[in-house]
Amino acid sequence: MGKLFERLQQDVRFSEGLEACINCGTCTAICPAASFYDYDPREIADALQVEDEKILEGLLKGEKIWYCGQCMSCKTRCPRGNTPGLLILALRNLSIETGLYLHSHRGKQMYVLKKLIGDTILSTGYCVHADGVDTCLFPEQGPVWDWIRKNSSEIYNLFGNSYNKPGNGPLRKISKKSMNELKTIFNITGCTDRFEKIENDAAKCAKKLNLEYDDTIWNEYFQLMYSKNQPKDES
Amino acid sequence: MKVDGKKVFWNEYQKDIADDQYYFVRSCVRQNFFPGAEEAFIRILRNDLGKDLYTDPNHTTCTGIGYHVDLVKLETTMTVIARQFALMSEAGYRNFVISCVTSFGLYNEILDIWEKHPEIEEQVRDYLYRSTEREFKIPENLVHASDIIFKFRGQIAAKTQYKLVNQYTGKPLQVVEHIGCHYAKMFPEKGVGGAEHPYVLAGFIESLGGEVIDYPERRMCCGFGFRQYFIKASRGYSLSCTYRKMKSMEPYKPDLIVTNCPGCNFFFDRWQYVISETKGETYGEEDNGIPVLTYEEVAALALGYDPWGLGLQMHQVAVEPLLEKMGVDYDPAVKYIGFSGKQLSKPQMPDLLKVY
Repeated sequence: MGKLFERLQQDVRFSEGLEACINCGTCTAICPAASFYDYDPREIADALQVEDEKILEGLLKGEKIWYCGQCMSCKTRCPRGNTPGLLILALRNLSIETGLYLHSHRGKQMYVLKKLIGDTILSTGYCVHADGVDTCLFPEQGPVWDWIRKNSSEIYNLFGNSYNKPGNGPLRKISKKSMNELKTIFNITGCTDRFEKIENDAAKCAKKLNLEYDDTIWNEYFQLMYSKNQPKDES
Repeated sequence: MKVDGKKVFWNEYQKDIADDQYYFVRSCVRQNFFPGAEEAFIRILRNDLGKDLYTDPNHTTCTGIGYHVDLVKLETTMTVIARQFALMSEAGYRNFVISCVTSFGLYNEILDIWEKHPEIEEQVRDYLYRSTEREFKIPENLVHASDIIFKFRGQIAAKTQYKLVNQYTGKPLQVVEHIGCHYAKMFPEKGVGGAEHPYVLAGFIESLGGEVIDYPERRMCCGFGFRQYFIKASRGYSLSCTYRKMKSMEPYKPDLIVTNCPGCNFFFDRWQYVISETKGETYGEEDNGIPVLTYEEVAALALGYDPWGLGLQMHQVAVEPLLEKMGVDYDPAVKYIGFSGKQLSKPQMPDLLKVY
């Protein structure tokens, strides 16, 4: 057994996610991702139970592990108690930790998620904050969202009067003490390092592709990662 | 079947839901897109049911979206959740109430990990103490907010001004219920009715006189897909899932969609707008959409709360067709009045989907 497998086995989601796959394909039948992508959760579970280092490396470098939508329907239906959705979490984690995620376009898109969600968590204490959800990035938000953002104080304060200020209601400003605690948790558990690694890796990839890159999301590299899958000019 | 045997058989589908003294944690998505829903839940519990519900300004996101998009590490998420438990312990509560289905699944996943791997729980206790000098107790009871509405559905129904009944025909409204994947697919024993007979929304809808539609794709995912949605290049996954569900429910002519999970509510609401713009399809009568409401919004509406005080104007799919069918007494003139009392300009109209 190789080193990658040893690391994968240290992830509790691997041991919880894989008992013994009988290749029945029930997970694939129920999987939304399998109906839209060239993706087969049965194949993932089967590939892992052979414990082959080369196969594992191929998964960590490839596009397929990024197709799962994390609905976890596979957990309910597997007759042998496997959860391919959990295996995917363990695989994606290892792919990022080893840097192998940079071999796939969908892996590199972690940068987009770091910018959209990671930065929001560390600046507001929420995964999503209305002030950062722009209809030019999320056009499906529709005209009602433009109206809400244009009148955000008038609308959000109708519900608890705490919008971006101290209080108990929706979208309250989380106190400095709580934010410091949250950031310290991210530091101690290694997540701040992960965010920095993703950002640094993105800067290098942008340079390699000769694309404009900065701290914001309004740069060429972000736009490429955000809006294209497998672009031709990316090697 | 003998009565005793029947009780034993259905026992695994029952769920222990605490009676009172709740510690409440908000949802990132719900407070952004349907903030009135959480306020309605708080009011219903405190004012209509007379319960003690504590809202804590110090809690943060559980990081659930960040976790499922593979960005936030498991250790980090576990420690953030441990901090929420510490806040609950410090406030003197033992019953933890969660306003988000993604969070609910994640809390249950982490409690399951700690139960099977106590050494991981110990490691998290150490992380938490080093980060915050806090310590925590595991909740005695952990439920989704809809579980409480389900538990007290009889009391709520007894107080309602309006039912899920068409005032013009006297017939039950036809209702689609969507419980959200992470409510019971991951840990069926943690959801009312489990994964096979989910009843948390269906039981509530029936108690208000509505009729639940059983359509082919009833249990399919709404299509959030976490990273699939957030990255524009793969967002078609999300839209395609919702479209499949809309086409599947369309022949049953639903009057209303009721959701458990804030994310699902968002997708059913907003993707109907996108489908109307891109395919020219709407699923209600006369170019209306099918209104999409959360369980708290439905409960509050039935109890006679003002629809605009509930924030139903924040939905892209107009709710007026539902209000008309239920016979709700509402004032269209105050729909767009803001916090200061000022009349706000109306949102822009979609090309096809009706907005009032």
